Amino acid sequence: MTLALETTDLKVQLRLAEGWFTVCDLSTLIPGRGAAALLPDGRQVAVFTDRAGNVYAIDNRDPFTGAAVLSRGLTGSHQGRPFVASPLLKQRFDLQTGQCLDDETVRVTAYEVKAA
Amino acid sequence: MTANPGGTPTIVLVGHGMVGQRFLEALAERGLTATHRVVVLCEEPRPAYDRVQLTSYFSGRTPEDLSLTDLRFIEEHGIELHVGDPAESIDRGARKVTARSGLVVGYDVLVLATGSYPFVPPVPNKDAEGCFVYRTVEDVLAIEEYARSRAKTGAVVGGGLLGLEAAGALKGLGLASHIVEFAPRLMPVQVDEGGGAALLRTIEEMGLTVHTGVGTQEIVVDASGAVTGMKLSDGSELATDLVVFSAGVRPRDQLARDCGLEVGERGGITVDEQCRTVTDPNVFAVGECALAADGRVYGLVAPGYEQAETAAAAIAGDARAFTGADLSTKLKLLGVDVASFGDAHGTTEDCLDVVYSDSRAGLYKKLVVGRDGTLLGGILVGDAEAYGTLRALTGSVPPVAPESLVLPAGAGQSAQLGPSALPDDAVICSCHNVTKGTIRGAVTEHRCTTVPEVKKCTRAGTGCGSCVKVLGRLVDAELEASGVEVDRGLCGCFSQTREELYEIVLALRITSYQDLLDRYGREGARGGEGCEICKPAVASIIASLAPAIGASTYVLDGEQAALQDTNDHFLANLQKNGSYSVVPRIPGGEIAPEKLIVIGEIARDFGLYTKITGGQRIDMFGARVEQLPLIWARLVDAGFESGHAYGKSLRTVKSCVGQTWCRYGVQDSVRMAIDLELRYRGLRSPHKLKSAVSGCQRECAEARSKDFGVIATANGWNLYVGGNGGATPRHADLLAQDLSDAELIRLIDRFLMFYIRTADRLERTSTWLERIPGGLEHVRDVVVHDSLGICDELEALMAAHVANYRDEWAETVNDPERLARFVSFVNAPDTPDPVVSFVPERDQIKPDLPLLDIGRRPADEILEGSAQR
Ligand code: SRM
Ligand SMILES: Cc1cc2nc3c(=O)[nH]c(=O)nc-3n(C[C@H](O)[C@H](O)[C@H](O)COP(=O)(O)OP(=O)(O)OC[C@H]3O[C@@H](n4cnc5c(N)ncnc54)[C@H](O)[C@@H]3O)c2cc1C
Ligand code: SF4
Ligand code: FES
Repeated sequence: MTLALETTDLKVQLRLAEGWFTVCDLSTLIPGRGAAALLPDGRQVAVFTDRAGNVYAIDNRDPFTGAAVLSRGLTGSHQGRPFVASPLLKQRFDLQTGQCLDDETVRVTAYEVKAA
Repeated sequence: MTANPGGTPTIVLVGHGMVGQRFLEALAERGLTATHRVVVLCEEPRPAYDRVQLTSYFSGRTPEDLSLTDLRFIEEHGIELHVGDPAESIDRGARKVTARSGLVVGYDVLVLATGSYPFVPPVPNKDAEGCFVYRTVEDVLAIEEYARSRAKTGAVVGGGLLGLEAAGALKGLGLASHIVEFAPRLMPVQVDEGGGAALLRTIEEMGLTVHTGVGTQEIVVDASGAVTGMKLSDGSELATDLVVFSAGVRPRDQLARDCGLEVGERGGITVDEQCRTVTDPNVFAVGECALAADGRVYGLVAPGYEQAETAAAAIAGDARAFTGADLSTKLKLLGVDVASFGDAHGTTEDCLDVVYSDSRAGLYKKLVVGRDGTLLGGILVGDAEAYGTLRALTGSVPPVAPESLVLPAGAGQSAQLGPSALPDDAVICSCHNVTKGTIRGAVTEHRCTTVPEVKKCTRAGTGCGSCVKVLGRLVDAELEASGVEVDRGLCGCFSQTREELYEIVLALRITSYQDLLDRYGREGARGGEGCEICKPAVASIIASLAPAIGASTYVLDGEQAALQDTNDHFLANLQKNGSYSVVPRIPGGEIAPEKLIVIGEIARDFGLYTKITGGQRIDMFGARVEQLPLIWARLVDAGFESGHAYGKSLRTVKSCVGQTWCRYGVQDSVRMAIDLELRYRGLRSPHKLKSAVSGCQRECAEARSKDFGVIATANGWNLYVGGNGGATPRHADLLAQDLSDAELIRLIDRFLMFYIRTADRLERTSTWLERIPGGLEHVRDVVVHDSLGICDELEALMAAHVANYRDEWAETVNDPERLARFVSFVNAPDTPDPVVSFVPERDQIKPDLPLLDIGRRPADEILEGSAQR
């Protein structure tokens, strides 16, 4: 049986140098899909939630093409680790570490994130 | 003594071509880059690139795509690469090389990999303006520019391999093209008379003019010194604006001659079996500039690669020898397969030929067989499918009669030999000299389970690519043989095929992906997140069956939204900079002026780039996410709907103008195209579906290149199925003739639903038709003769789809909750994505891409949706 999490009041928050930054309500995220958010310094972050209610955040910029689109990729899990596949050329990135799973030399920033 | 006293010993490489680059890789693999200083002098203005694929520049590959040099590799191994700085002299006494820039480098080991230069026959005016050779990227750029600005006709001197490629390139540039060959046939080195004849016929059919048995005597020029024609040895004159010399190559050995290294009588730096020059133990020569120990200069890249490995081994003190190489080649010249292997010309004593020839079809196949039945070699023109197997069998007695190997499939006793018939030492990939044994080892010892893994592990298939087919079959056979059941499951989450999942979803009326995953997924995948392969595939199955199983017919409803590929999720096509394109449906390609004007106005108001697509409709590019609903709202108001350019679903039904206007038309093809497009719009399927309707046999709508194509006859319609354009074109097969309107539609309903039910994910109808057991005959039995008794069900499923169709754009525009998703940023809905920007081009816009390049995946892996691993 799956318990429906009470998500109404939870906020998705990122740890930035200055402290916790609120991105949006957890309820606005669709499990299995991402959304992009703008950070105060102009950088973009892709935030995701999965069916268990975990939240993840990595840089939104696809390092292979330069376009800010990682938030629009399809997510999945591989051996228990969550990933997103870039919608452009399909490389996969680990949502917890930002490591590209198809090219060990590439990694995007991963952010500490919580739903509180 | 070292060149760098007290420091590390130095290796200097002169020439950074294909073989030079391979030599560097071999050094790195043997750890020599760590123990040596490596200096490379590269004459060309760019580091090593794939010369073999040079001609693909004309089909859109940029010089960057052709590059073989990973700059990170160069950096990581501390290689000092001097681009655009050729070696000018060598002082062997002092062991120093001087480059054009004045740079002087001392060496302990010197490796010459200077390649060849194109031979230009000494005819008058050979250097005139408009005369070119065909060897480097710079040559190709110069030919392109001259052809575009100053030439209508082009002639190639030389009808060998390169000459034909060059002629194909000229033709591709829109020039009327001639080939002048001195020998009595084309490709005299590779093929015999019969093969030459088959090739000639096919090439002439393509519109090229071939002159064999004549030499070029003089280039004719005008007052300004530009080419206007050439005088031939038979006394005739050929008018031409551009000439490409492709009369063979000569080893570039001048540098070696100048410093006293021995060269062969007909050129080439003489080396021993270790690729060391016979004159100086500190100097090596590899690639096309070397005269190998067997007395030959090799003009192919594979032997050059082997020499590179050999020289690196010698420098490392390992034993390895280059004693000669196989000259087998398989090429696709102007789209014609040409292959020769082993003793192709039958020079072995007492050998026999087995020949199959059909010059009408441009086919010629010859096998050379020894007295005892040993396969010695052969030539294949027009169809080289069997090349991989035959080449590997060379030197052994094939397990079936040789004649059955050259007969076309289906003709009497043709036999297809699987790779399992091959011995372990058979070379499967000749570019990288990989044997069947090595490939089997990759599967059994290194536990590779897919072709990409085997490619990475063995390098097989990463050169010219001609062995990839055999490689794939071998890997599958090996997996099966070694007990690993070949996993035909959809992906890591499901062990079922797409077809099996379809049956499960239909029979149990499963409307949720999570439900399917948790109940039918693999053990470890249940309860997980799924993956990017099965999510869209299951979403497509649910969408195809939506009305029948009681799921929502709106693809963005509930959970379905999370499963869709990004294009379906935004109901638009993602472009390279993160913007989207919008394609409204224009059924049959027919559009009234008012609607054209609306599209023009919308594009103007939103600043979009417009283009007529290859599918007879109009695409508007450059929309930001937040603009999409506004654009759709205007389109929907004007009576447009989504064209599903983003979906694995019906794209377009093209039409020709047909009977209404055309003097030849026998049916109203436009009306039929519109009817079909409206009937099947929105139908989700394993891959995209395309169709076309032509008003008569002249086939102006290209219906036979479509998944289902319709051609009018005096008595009704002919239905063709399984056609494809794209990378592997296929002409559609006739399924049924002279159908009435109602019969036609009923058959298409059944055909499409049967395809949707049984095809694999991302399998077009063409590949499906060739894969399923029984092929076309089976499909005809099922959909025409109802042999499985499922036609009623297929028709009912289609009827449900048609009745429940709704426009996705209108639905989305009218739903405020959904609209909230169409923003660039959740936390700043009014801010557009600053990365999406444009610059002007030809009165419109184009994406301004951030400069960033960390290497792309090879082109064959980035076809739409092809995330297979
Ligand atoms: C826009 C268009 C080119 C144009 O400017 O004309 C186009 C654009 C794309 N085509 Fe195409 N194709 C377009 C007509 C065609 C045609 C011509 C036709 O339909 O008559 C063909 C050959 C016919 C066929 O499909 O058999 C064609 C064969 C392909 C293929 C090869 C399919 C194959 O089976 O080999 C791909 C790759 C794939 O699907 O894997 C492809 C993939 C693509 C993709 C999706 C590539 C990508 O992933 O970015 C392009 C994105 C579309 C977009 O809007 O962003 N496109 N493409 C044409 C849209 C037609 C339309 O109105 O919907
Ligand atoms: C259009 C075309 C199609 C081909 N198709 C095929 C095919 O299908 N299959 C096949 O096997 N082969 C094919 N070849 C042949 C293949 O490209 C060559 O065999 C291969 O490139 C040889 O490699 P190399 O390194 O010896 O010479 P190259 O690749 O020519 O490299 C030599 C390099 O050395 C440089 N150089 C010369 N002198 C100096 C100097 N003094 N100082 C510094 N640098 C110098 C040259 O500028 C050049 O860059 C084709 C060739 C062409 C042109
Ligand atoms: S296919 Fe026939 S009817 Fe249609 S435009 Fe061409 S010639 Fe005319
Ligand atoms: S034969 Fe060329 S890549 Fe294998």
